[in-house]
Amino acid sequence: METWVIVVSSFAYLGLLFAIAYYADARADAGRSIIASPYVYSLSLAVYATAWTFYGSVGRAAENGVGFLPIYIGPTLMIALWWIVMRKMLRISKQNRITSLADFIASRYGKSALLGGVVTVIAVVGILPYISLQLKAISTSFSVLLQYPDIVMPAGLERPPLIKDTGLWVALILAAFTILFGTRHLDAAEHHEGMVAAIAFESLVKLVAFVALGAWVTWGLYDGFGDIFARIAADPDLNPMLAPFGGVGGDYSSWFWLTVLSMLAILFLPRQFQVTVIENKNEDHLRKAIWLFPLYMLAINIFVLPVAFGGLLHFRGTTVEADTFVLTLPMAREQELLALTVFLGGLSAATGMVIVETIALSTMVCNDLVMPVLLRLHFLRLNEWRDLTRVVLAIRRGAIVLIVLLGYLYFRLAGEAYALVSIGLISFAAVAQFAPAALGGIFWKRGTRRGALCGLAAGFGLWVYTLLLPAFARSGWLPSGFLESGPLGLEWLKPLALFGVAGLDPITHAMMWSMLANIGAYVAMSLAASPGVDEHRQATLFVDVFRAEGAAGGARLWRGTASAPELYSLLARFLGHGAAEEAFRDYATRKGLEWPASLSADAELVHHVERQLAGAIGASSARVMVASVAQEEALTMSELRGLLDEASQIVAYSVRLEQKSRELEAATAELRAVNERLKELDRLKDDFVATVTHELRTPLTSIRAFSQILYDNPNVEPAQRAKFLAIITKETDRLTRLINQVLDLARIDAGKADWRPSLVDVRSLVADALAGMGSVFEERGITVRLHPVEPLPSVRADKDRITQVVVNLLSNAAKFCRPQQGRVDVSFAAQGEFLRVDVRDNGPGVDLRDREAIFDRFGQASGGFAAGQSSGLGLHISRRIVEHFGGRIWVSGPAPGEGSCFSFTLPQAT
Amino acid sequence: MGEFDVRAQRLAALCLLGFVLFGYPLLAVFNVPVMVAGIPVLYVYFFLAWGALIALLALVIERGG
Repeated sequence: METWVIVVSSFAYLGLLFAIAYYADARADAGRSIIASPYVYSLSLAVYATAWTFYGSVGRAAENGVGFLPIYIGPTLMIALWWIVMRKMLRISKQNRITSLADFIASRYGKSALLGGVVTVIAVVGILPYISLQLKAISTSFSVLLQYPDIVMPAGLERPPLIKDTGLWVALILAAFTILFGTRHLDAAEHHEGMVAAIAFESLVKLVAFVALGAWVTWGLYDGFGDIFARIAADPDLNPMLAPFGGVGGDYSSWFWLTVLSMLAILFLPRQFQVTVIENKNEDHLRKAIWLFPLYMLAINIFVLPVAFGGLLHFRGTTVEADTFVLTLPMAREQELLALTVFLGGLSAATGMVIVETIALSTMVCNDLVMPVLLRLHFLRLNEWRDLTRVVLAIRRGAIVLIVLLGYLYFRLAGEAYALVSIGLISFAAVAQFAPAALGGIFWKRGTRRGALCGLAAGFGLWVYTLLLPAFARSGWLPSGFLESGPLGLEWLKPLALFGVAGLDPITHAMMWSMLANIGAYVAMSLAASPGVDEHRQATLFVDVFRAEGAAGGARLWRGTASAPELYSLLARFLGHGAAEEAFRDYATRKGLEWPASLSADAELVHHVERQLAGAIGASSARVMVASVAQEEALTMSELRGLLDEASQIVAYSVRLEQKSRELEAATAELRAVNERLKELDRLKDDFVATVTHELRTPLTSIRAFSQILYDNPNVEPAQRAKFLAIITKETDRLTRLINQVLDLARIDAGKADWRPSLVDVRSLVADALAGMGSVFEERGITVRLHPVEPLPSVRADKDRITQVVVNLLSNAAKFCRPQQGRVDVSFAAQGEFLRVDVRDNGPGVDLRDREAIFDRFGQASGGFAAGQSSGLGLHISRRIVEHFGGRIWVSGPAPGEGSCFSFTLPQAT
Repeated sequence: MGEFDVRAQRLAALCLLGFVLFGYPLLAVFNVPVMVAGIPVLYVYFFLAWGALIALLALVIERGG
């Protein structure tokens, strides 16, 4: 392969990154972000997969089969806890405008500059070699590809002179990229959209490249998964890989510690904190990322084993290193295009890591190392400078160049040394030291600055002693006696077997001791002495972030005096006039005030300015700067406690108030319902009185009319007179019946009805009623049939009342039957625990929609029940009676016009 | 959405499940040189369990409160 092809495609790829970042930034400036998507967010998290994943996973897998997996399974387990841990860290970071991990920890422990500095130093020392490793990967993969189609190992290659080393050029380009897209604005809490878009794109490239290679190895080079594994199984040298635990794969405890280590790394690697927390646009993006990011890791790992095993089989007996299999396999088969793709994939994995890590580290170095020192060098009179924006940006840019160049330098010096090659896990172990201070800080209020400092120092110290120094010793930079017999020959201080604990792999050994010391010191020193006022305030703001009343919570805990113009000029010196004016105007609008006319420098404004400033230069520096223009009155611990208690009391009150108001609303709704019901009853009563009056008037009118006729005409014919008198008697009867029914109903309503329950034989009751009404049916020519059935159980009810129901149903049936062809059928049935009586007629039937209404008071069917033919109370009373005895009454029927069937049930006597 | 709402508790339980799935003694059960469909049973187990865990994560997180 021609050199220029590789060079041109590398630079074309980097150019593409610039283009994407430039486009994303332009879109962001236009207010149409392309990264405000959970998918882009998830992809950007995949910056976790570096060149160490891309080339190194295969290397680890070729060595021990499973060693690469915990690095990805750990984050999957951690991500399950993200809903608890990361959501909280996100909320805290947004509320406090956190700019980096160092800022986060410093801010939690009373905005301590010292703590921020310590975290920064640990991060830089721990991560710098990791950056070197990426540059080395770029440089070596380039050299290896350059030999195409020959396969020569990097060790056998002459180190290119400085000027010809791709590693250097790529490092410089990456520094330029990072400066261009990482330090555009000063407000670091604003997002680096261009960078994030480029990183998400890189994540796609490396995934596609690796999967393409994996698929080619599996199905192109070999005959599927089964083929590769079958060959491994057939090889006595390699088949221990198939069940690696306890043998080549190490024991279960080192597996466990690797998992824990990776769980912490996904939280505390500076680049992960940068993309997950600082660059997060929307807390809700976390939701998709929680399963998409593990899915990405699963996808990029599926082909690791086939590639590793394929490489082992293919390069048997040669010196080809497993770390290069990804690249050398396609080269060996002269797959030019695939080899180039893989090279670009590796390039994308390495560059993504370098870019994000550099931004994160440079922010830390600037905000938590350089600025606090500069601000304390009083002879610089920094707080009198007019424009500090450029100073801060220059520091960041300087830090970026320095970090990248230091990374490159380390790679040139360390080269193939163990101290570089094994650095991935060593870096993980370094950042894991942040875990006690950071995780303790967000869940445990009592954790103090002193505890965090001691924990970090102890953990980091042990990390240096048990991991870093041994790595240096193996690289030949320290005498080997240091490893073999301990420093100064003190056996119990051997760095890989501290206090005589031997037989563990170095990572497990180091993690165990450093975590023990770190957590122990953190907890013990935190409990040993009380936290200061600042620490206590910050602890409350962090731990209670979901409870505090938003960003304003911090403001209430500050007391002092300041002047608005001074605050403004302070902000303007760091952010420029445009941004400062916007910040003040926003604040004024939110408070409904005029700016600059009526803005007073109250605690809230001071807090607002400090927050804005913190977003640019970090919490501890912002605090120092604000203190230089505002006269803070120190709170005593008891005053702070009082304020905090007040806050929690207010919260408790408001919770109780809300509860009371909910209860009140419920009571009101209940009352309203009762009132509605009462109104309805009142209306029903009015209707009832009106109907009764009407019903009473009809017979009265006819009695009055016929009496008048008889009175006025004494000589009415006897036959006529008899007829009139008959009518009067009938109407009087009707009147009496109606009044009796109304009285009856009133008694039932009032609960004063006289119920006399006894055992009743319903069949004979019906027979008696029929016998009594015989004439009524005969008159109208109606046939009545009483269906015979087997002996029926008796019911417990009031005999007279049930007779009343039966008579009512029968006389209704008689009334509505077809004249002359009338037929009434009465049948009985035992139905479960009930006895059922059906009275069927062949009248006009009851319309479907009236079937409920006819049982109401004076409910009359729109069709069949002609006015005057029914009192309108009979069925209602029947229903009351039947229901009183626990039964049911209803009407059914085939269809209107074909008769109806009135049925009622009564519970059987037991 | 409280800090430790039901969803958070379910997810925390999934984390514990992960420790069980990818820890001793379950790994020891599959650490045998047996092939399933031509693939070593340990690796089949790793990727199936991993995939299932991710599916459960998606289920819990996407299924509302």
